[in-house]
Amino acid sequence: MLQHNCTFETELKDGVLELTLHGEIDHHSAVAIRTEMDSQIYELRPVKTILDLSGIEFMDSSGLGLIMGRYALMQKLGGELTLRNPNERLVKIFELAGLGRMVKIEESQKEDKQ
Amino acid sequence: MKREPKEARNRAEVVNQMKLQLPSCSINEGMARAAVAAFCAQLDPNSTELADIKCAVSEAVTNCIVHAYRDTAGIIYITVRIYEDREIRIDIRDKGCGIPDVKIARQPLYTTDAQGERSGMGFTVMESFCDKVRVSSVWGKGTTVTLYKRIGKR
Repeated sequence: MLQHNCTFETELKDGVLELTLHGEIDHHSAVAIRTEMDSQIYELRPVKTILDLSGIEFMDSSGLGLIMGRYALMQKLGGELTLRNPNERLVKIFELAGLGRMVKIEESQKEDKQ
Repeated sequence: MKREPKEARNRAEVVNQMKLQLPSCSINEGMARAAVAAFCAQLDPNSTELADIKCAVSEAVTNCIVHAYRDTAGIIYITVRIYEDREIRIDIRDKGCGIPDVKIARQPLYTTDAQGERSGMGFTVMESFCDKVRVSSVWGKGTTVTLYKRIGKR
């Protein structure tokens, strides 16, 4: 049975934790992945966490809660949170909540892994 | 549930209808929005219209699971009607706890679930992505959220 409709890959480089998400973020998947994300953040203690959202095909307001929660956690640990490559739909939802004023959103290509 | 006299006026005819009942398990959030989107596809909506519908349905269904049937289990009743004037009406009904003050619940960022990481943006998202959202709720009896969205002519 499909348990998670959202998954992510982890990469830590020079204290920067990059989480690359794929799939759909709703309440069901957010509950599952937030625990995994937090355990990674607590374990690796990054100075910066980047959520790469380019692989997200669907998100509702549960995604806002997920992002705001990770933002709060990074703040608590003295780090920062950046969102990378959200699609047009996601930006529309971020704007409704004024999330852009809180969290840095960047558009960039992922560096070539050599 | 009360009759809706306002709805009876100048209503275009229903040309197709779907009813769906699902238990309030979070895994059904994806099922509900996909099923409603699939039914609405017969109007040939563009990708934005379809994404709007999926997102609004997801919000309403999540509210049933997280709020209406909090700590309990129940059934979510979804009815989708397509009118001849290309309007879609989606009723999402629960028999859960009800909302004590709908006006307050609809305010952006309002949530009763602070530690559960709810953003409080559910109704705001529904209102932004639909033409009209009606909420009728009876404390202790349940809530019906009605989403209206007209699909543009292709």
